[in-house]
Amino acid sequence: MIRPEAPVLLEIRDLHASVADQPILHGVNLTIRAGEIHAVMGRNGSGKSTLSKLLAGHPAYTVTGGSVTYRGEDLLALAPELRARRGVFLGFQYPVEIPGVSNLEFLRVATNGRRLEQGAEELDTFAFEDLVRERLAVVQMDPAFLDRSVNEGFSGGEKKRNEILQMALLDPLVAILDETDSGLDIDALRIVAGGVNQLATPDNATLLITHYQRLLDVITPDYVHVMAAGRILRTGGKDLALELEDRGYDWVDAELAALESAPVEVG
Amino acid sequence: MAPLSMPTAVAAASSWGSELLLALESGPSPQPALAAARQRAARALADRPLPSRRQEAWRFTDIAPLLAITPAQLPPATTVPATLPSVTPGVVRLVLDGHGDPLAGGNLPAGIEAIPAADLEALLQETSTDRGEDRGANGASNHAAAAAGSEAPWSGLLAAATAGQILALRVRGAIEPTLELVSDAASAEGVLPLRLLLILEPEARLELLQVHRASAASLTTVLLEARLGAGARLSHGLIAQGGGAAVLLADLAVEQDPGSHYAFTSAVAGWALSRLEPRVLQSGGGATTRLRSLQRVDERQIADQHSQVRFEGPEGELDQLHKVIADGAGRSVFNGAVAVPRAAQRTDAVQLSRSLLLSDRARIDTKPQLEIVADDVKCAHGATVSRLQSEELFYLQSRGIAAANASRLLLRGYCGEVLRELPAAAAIWQPLAMVLAEEAPRP
Repeated sequence: MIRPEAPVLLEIRDLHASVADQPILHGVNLTIRAGEIHAVMGRNGSGKSTLSKLLAGHPAYTVTGGSVTYRGEDLLALAPELRARRGVFLGFQYPVEIPGVSNLEFLRVATNGRRLEQGAEELDTFAFEDLVRERLAVVQMDPAFLDRSVNEGFSGGEKKRNEILQMALLDPLVAILDETDSGLDIDALRIVAGGVNQLATPDNATLLITHYQRLLDVITPDYVHVMAAGRILRTGGKDLALELEDRGYDWVDAELAALESAPVEVG
Repeated sequence: MAPLSMPTAVAAASSWGSELLLALESGPSPQPALAAARQRAARALADRPLPSRRQEAWRFTDIAPLLAITPAQLPPATTVPATLPSVTPGVVRLVLDGHGDPLAGGNLPAGIEAIPAADLEALLQETSTDRGEDRGANGASNHAAAAAGSEAPWSGLLAAATAGQILALRVRGAIEPTLELVSDAASAEGVLPLRLLLILEPEARLELLQVHRASAASLTTVLLEARLGAGARLSHGLIAQGGGAAVLLADLAVEQDPGSHYAFTSAVAGWALSRLEPRVLQSGGGATTRLRSLQRVDERQIADQHSQVRFEGPEGELDQLHKVIADGAGRSVFNGAVAVPRAAQRTDAVQLSRSLLLSDRARIDTKPQLEIVADDVKCAHGATVSRLQSEELFYLQSRGIAAANASRLLLRGYCGEVLRELPAAAAIWQPLAMVLAEEAPRP
């Protein structure tokens, strides 16, 4: 939902970043207000995954210019765990398997860290079990997954459901979902997308990173941004995604070529 | 200890062994049934050189911490160390101090009996490691030596040559309580030799937890021999918590009849030098063996495990996992020998060694050693050395878990894979806190 008066949650200004001294982002500008759902689309290598990991604080990425402000605070100055506790959530494209660490215990520690930041009480084992069982319904997940090691031996779909379960527990203000649709069959996609829709409120915002239109058939974005060569090349409404579906990404190359001959401010 | 120059080191080494034997001769006489066996072992030990890095089996393991131990027996403990946790329900604890009779004043669980002296002498003739090298002379079966291939390891021989007491038990039927065997050299200095013999009759079942602790310059040297009859099941845990200059040498020789099941899980940490030698012989194949071990080194500690499994008949199974955490300037050594001779067709053996390197100064040597002659077998092995995975750390951090906690959580998970296979009674010893050298939570 677009409300011009809604508070700005995330403000990205002229962001430049590199990984292993290789520049990847070349000036990204993006403003996200409460209640909005944004989709960033683009081909592999366009920088969209870099943007998502960088916002979560992945140590492999170095910011070389620009700023990111989260609710008035310099997000880039915060350690990854503090970003998470203050309400920035990254749903991973490839959720990590952690053998020997119980999913339930992991979810409880994570949830309590966030709750303390929100000024809520820590939940003991029993109270947490009640909460987690209630939230399992958001992604129609089998409680048996709570007793297993984090993501260990989970199928692709189960891992993505586990991501959305974490989102449901952590109650983020800005949720960045990196290719959450990849590797999902159509049923799993509906369940995961349904979870995201349930969790979207007028007070939080969602940034979907995706390659395909199909996720946007089930989650309707307010804004669609097309990313290429480390910048946002064009911004539009949900129709832009449909246009991309029709025309493919080839026109992007043409615009990029034009851009490189005569650089202009985009965003 | 300051490094000695070569000739001095050799002199110190050879004199350490003879000094110890000399000190024992003037000490209290051994339990009568053990006297002859101990004498044989002492002779065999005197003929052997002390281990040195010139021997293949000790190539990576410096015994300097051993030579720093006073070569004399630890004095008898006047009281049971106050640091021991209380005995949990469902556990029968025997405390071993190398001097007194551990059975004095205690009741063995129904189904377990002490082996009478007359039987014991015969059994020791037949099975003991102590004869080491002269087993060919009378042709008797000597499982400990056979498991070793040619000769009993030096550690076992040392224990046999020095132990004045033996705890020898026969087990019949399914034993309800867990048998807990505990030694704690605490802050005493000297040598604590322990010798144990367990005979599990066919179909017997036992859960055994062995605990060794020490915190000063002492050597705990253990020889455990166990025989599992057909269909017997032994679940065997070992928790070894060292500190300071303490040294542990343990030789665990297990012989399995077909149809028996042996599961061994060990957790070792904190010793200046530790060496564990689990040696399993499936005398007719057809048995299952499950080995799980976790060792952690830090500072300048050395932890060494040399395991051997030998199949002397068809259709035996082995599932082995050895895990290491190497921190500080610690050194970890693993050598896993598996012998599958022609008679051992259809053997199914898996061995995996996984090491976690937490410091640039730590060192890990890991070596599988499979000798496979039989042609119709499934044998797999693998070894990995890695660091804490940065993607795993970031994943946890991205969920609000601080870096230090995330590392701890990952380490706990890493250890848990082994520790959860310890007998349930192990919990009171807080093996996780021990391995990670964390402040133990209040129970």
